[in-house]
Amino acid sequence: MSEHVVVIYPHPDDEAFGASGTITTFREKGIPVTYLCGTLGEMGRNMGNPTFATRETLPEIRKQELIKACEVLDVELKMLGYRDKTLEFESREEVATNLYSYLKEIKPSLVITHYPGYAVHPDHDAFGAAAIRAVEMFPEEERPTVWAQAISNDHVEILGNPQIQNDVSAVFRKKFESIMAHKSQADGMLSKVKNESDDVELAAKTWLGTESFYIWNFE
Amino acid sequence: MEPIDINLLQKEIDNRSNKEVYVHLETTNGAYASHFNKDSYNVGAFIRNAKVTYERGKVVGAGATYRVGLKLAIGWIYAEGVNKFEVDKNGSLLMAGHDREGRLMVALQISEKPFHY
Repeated sequence: MSEHVVVIYPHPDDEAFGASGTITTFREKGIPVTYLCGTLGEMGRNMGNPTFATRETLPEIRKQELIKACEVLDVELKMLGYRDKTLEFESREEVATNLYSYLKEIKPSLVITHYPGYAVHPDHDAFGAAAIRAVEMFPEEERPTVWAQAISNDHVEILGNPQIQNDVSAVFRKKFESIMAHKSQADGMLSKVKNESDDVELAAKTWLGTESFYIWNFE
Repeated sequence: MEPIDINLLQKEIDNRSNKEVYVHLETTNGAYASHFNKDSYNVGAFIRNAKVTYERGKVVGAGATYRVGLKLAIGWIYAEGVNKFEVDKNGSLLMAGHDREGRLMVALQISEKPFHY
């Protein structure tokens, strides 16, 4: 099986904050990466700071930001057209079947998604669960590896240390560039670190310099 | 969006009374509220494209924060904490309240055509 990585997250910017360093490392090795992005983050609270988006203009703004971030990261982008904050109310089986329709074409060697139940945002939990269900639809011997990302404050305590801990400081410039592509969201997310440091990039590196994943056990 | 001019906003609310309109109403403190602060709660409510007719709408308040109430034949709609408004390119009346960091806390929007869903 040739190597191909598929990233499955629900929101534009999940890939930048969560996995862009790991993605960059794969791309530097020439491994293709496809991002299946569930929604356009239509319900985001951040409207830029100072605000430049409204509830009605936000979807198109975030779509353009997502396209730009994927250009920065040099990954193929598929937008799946679900609506932000509603994924947990969809049928998991239908979402999984839709995700599987992409996966069976791509035949990935690795799928990166959120760890259901430990990913804080309801969309993360629901889309992660659907992604894992989609991978289960492959015959066992054809299943790609799944790296599941946990975010909750208690995940190490409950799940133990993640097996994959990627130090992405060597490619952090690229990660920061992909985060900044999501301007409407980055302003707010980075204001936390900005308050504590003059050098935002350096402060962000301390906060986001490691990307961790659990290898999913299908048994 | 612009800071609320109560006379201008009242005029826009009046323009949309006594006809069938679509309402978007939401309030939220975000999906990460209790992740970043264990003493806070995740709460929110959201309705998009509720088809209603209001006989009277009124904006009340001063300075930084306003309330907007719509009186229906058999009920009410209101939003509290609104501080910005605009009429967008589709002619929809958008009202919202943002916090100091520009994050949306509450939105009430009225349109003669359904909002994109």
